Amino acid sequence: MDILQIFLNESFWTASLRIATPLIFGVMGALLCERAGVLNLGIEGIFAAGAMAGWLAVYLGAPLWLGVGAAALAGAFFGLLHAILTVPLGLSQHVSGLGITMLATSSAYFLYRTALPDVTSPPRITAFQPLDTPLLSDIPFIGPILFEQTALTWLAFLCVGLVWWMLDRTPLGVALKAVGDNPDAVNAQGLSVYRLRFAAVIIGSSLMALGGAFLTMSAFDAFFFGMVNGRGWVCIALVIFASWRPGRALFGAILFGMFDALQVRLQTEAGAIIPSQIFLMTPYVLSIIALVLVARRADYPRALLQPWFKGQR
Amino acid sequence: MGDFRNWSRRAVLAAAVVSAAGLAAGAAAAEKVKVAAIYTLPVEQQWISRIHAALNEAQARGDIEYTYSENVANTDYERVMREYSEAGQQLIVGEVFGLERAARKVAADYPDTAFLMGSSFGAVKPNFAVFDNWIHEPSYLTGMIAGHATESNVIGMVGGYAIPEVNRLMNAFMDGARDVNPEVKFLVNFIDSWYDPPKAKESAFAMMDAGADIMYAERFGVSDAAVERGVKAIGNVIDTSQDYPDTILASAIWNMEPTINEAVAAVAEGRFKAADYGQFSFMSYGGGALVADPDLVPAEVMDEVGAKERDILDGMFRVNVNDAAPASDK
Repeated sequence: MDILQIFLNESFWTASLRIATPLIFGVMGALLCERAGVLNLGIEGIFAAGAMAGWLAVYLGAPLWLGVGAAALAGAFFGLLHAILTVPLGLSQHVSGLGITMLATSSAYFLYRTALPDVTSPPRITAFQPLDTPLLSDIPFIGPILFEQTALTWLAFLCVGLVWWMLDRTPLGVALKAVGDNPDAVNAQGLSVYRLRFAAVIIGSSLMALGGAFLTMSAFDAFFFGMVNGRGWVCIALVIFASWRPGRALFGAILFGMFDALQVRLQTEAGAIIPSQIFLMTPYVLSIIALVLVARRADYPRALLQPWFKGQR
Repeated sequence: MGDFRNWSRRAVLAAAVVSAAGLAAGAAAAEKVKVAAIYTLPVEQQWISRIHAALNEAQARGDIEYTYSENVANTDYERVMREYSEAGQQLIVGEVFGLERAARKVAADYPDTAFLMGSSFGAVKPNFAVFDNWIHEPSYLTGMIAGHATESNVIGMVGGYAIPEVNRLMNAFMDGARDVNPEVKFLVNFIDSWYDPPKAKESAFAMMDAGADIMYAERFGVSDAAVERGVKAIGNVIDTSQDYPDTILASAIWNMEPTINEAVAAVAEGRFKAADYGQFSFMSYGGGALVADPDLVPAEVMDEVGAKERDILDGMFRVNVNDAAPASDK
């Protein structure tokens, strides 16, 4: 099988979208937070919390969609915490975010171990299954790629649409972007900077948690320590790559998914000639290269990382 | 996993308190060997689960007093080793693949404590013994089963890290398959993680796309992909046939009991030496075992494998040990 054949195989594209799904959730969440001026480095931990909460809810008997809700709620909780620390208190967003990552990761593990002290292998749930859409799945090539994903992949696409629509087509979106660029102006308009930032960070964090939930409720059916494995950090880079635009963020996430799907296949093909580690790092190296090419022109939200206090200029 | 440090520190403190309380309780249980284990991953991880199970069993028998810390970062491992040593643990079991040199230094500082560590390297006098999951023999036998079972003559293998103990088993498996089926080709991938099932699944899917009809499941996630595509799989270290019905042809099982029982007896009798305990994982000691599903493996294949198994047990056949990283056939 040569490289061309890899791209012609529909399962390559199916895999790309599958790998991209948690990143799409994560990158949308990070984008919302940052558009409002708050960097959320809690993402890696919020992934773990979402993965844990969603899986545990289903394991304890909740229906799958209630599990998704539980994951979002866990994300919202840590988002609220991050927002309290960084918005009214104005603490360093880097420090607070890393703290949230540590807290959320450890809490997830702690909860897992407390709930299941004596398990010998990770307990499993019945995860989301790939959809079999009548008619649409039968379209050659495109059908299996798009319509045999799980429902969460479609939810991720829906989120991209919603975020784009909200940011570009609603007054709320204008206010949210303004609060990340010029909070004084928003304040002068009589809107609450705090309220907007709180909302963005909380909702953004719930989206991040859904990325984690995808890992334990769709990509796999069990929770385990360390399974987020850096996926959250990738999202932080993808937001910059996307220049804080939802459409580009979707493209970036899928591109990363493609790199990873390609890496796996190339390693199988050429592992005898080139060490496997080279392939494993290619998605990250290519992301860095893409970032270098794009980020120099990146249009940062101008008030990103800057705390805003009422009555101060 | 560094962020987990605080939790494990507390676990260690708790363990220290518990063992101190045990001392205070007096000589009632004085004959029990005090054993502490330090794991870099949680006890569900398949490799660690085998050690944990053997130690729990020894505790249930009343041979040992067992305490452990899981999910200890490699960077924190030395400290936990020292704390257990200071707390008067007699035997410390664990894995030092990520801190080979540092762990040996710690052991040298506590010559009265016995260390039995999973390691890629050798034992150090007087108190640092090593073990590993030397189940290359049953791995070879599972390879024979896979070599017979494949119809496409393509077998996919997804490994964690390409380190000697992983490579050794993969190579033995490949030797077994090639011996019964010279036509067979292998696809080999590593995911560079001990636990990332979504990633392992993606590797497995890619291999099945490339024609693999038997998957060697070194990691969690591979058998899941096999089930989804209706492909058969070979298990490793633990028996997962219950979790994946109609999928696992055979598994190479690691039993840690012979290793642990020998080390505990040696400590209890005051004859613990810095030795390589690797042989206690061999089939002849009961440390390695083959389980095969009689519904999925034809009887004549089982007979052939059974004959080879007897040869191994009789010392008439030696499975080759090859620690080099395996790669896809091209």
